[in-house]
Amino acid sequence: MKHAYTWAAIAVIVVASVTGDVLLSRAMKQVGDVGELWRHRGMLTVIGRILRHPYFVLGIVAMAVAFFSLLFGLSWGDVSLVAPATASLTFVGNACAAKVLRHEHVDRRRWIAAALVACGVALLAA
Amino acid sequence: MTFRKYLVLAGVAVFGSVGDSLLSRGMKEVGNISIHNLRAVFLALRDPWIVSGILLLFAFFAAYMTALSWADLTYVLPATSIGYVLLALIAKFILHEQVTPGRWLGILLITAGVGFVAGGPALTRAAAGHGAVEEHTPEVASVRGES
Repeated sequence: MKHAYTWAAIAVIVVASVTGDVLLSRAMKQVGDVGELWRHRGMLTVIGRILRHPYFVLGIVAMAVAFFSLLFGLSWGDVSLVAPATASLTFVGNACAAKVLRHEHVDRRRWIAAALVACGVALLAA
Repeated sequence: MTFRKYLVLAGVAVFGSVGDSLLSRGMKEVGNISIHNLRAVFLALRDPWIVSGILLLFAFFAAYMTALSWADLTYVLPATSIGYVLLALIAKFILHEQVTPGRWLGILLITAGVGFVAGGPALTRAAAGHGAVEEHTPEVASVRGES
């Protein structure tokens, strides 16, 4: 039963964090290069601009869901299973989501990188 | 990519993995949380290991947001996955978990993946942040020595 809970938590973490990553990536691209903005407009402007961005807020909500699911997952299963399994699945999910929803150019190099990292992380869990 | 940008990516990796380790240690101290007693999750927020883990994850988040402001998601994630290698090393040398040959192979694959993506362009979309319909311009970035 505990095993089923662990994998349910892993599934929720993966879906929530892919959603969060895509939303946050979109928000930060619209905000612009933080380093540049910081130099020209100051810290408060940058932070204000980020915090007021609707996609950022939605992304944070998704990440909060992922975080609390992670707390549950970690209390039910080993960190060496939960952390790598979620990460591994999140990598593949993110590569697909970034290509479809963010129109990122996921070339062969990036697919291979995502696959290598996902396999590596899965092996860490073994 | 400047040195400062690589430093931000390193920050994402280090803060993330150390933060996760602290959280893990804290949650083991707090013990199993029953689905019937969800309030125990909030009690966990009093544990010093969990609090330090959360603080580090805040630092991780700041670095991650900074990186996402100038690089693709499909670049930032693999490039910072070196943190999992760090996590395995922390598990072996600090938490004294056993690292099996399979796990070392995993570490090798992750390192290879990081090397793969780090050599490529960080940002592939020049016109960022417009709505859903975007023209796919011929990709300029991927033309570099792959021989």
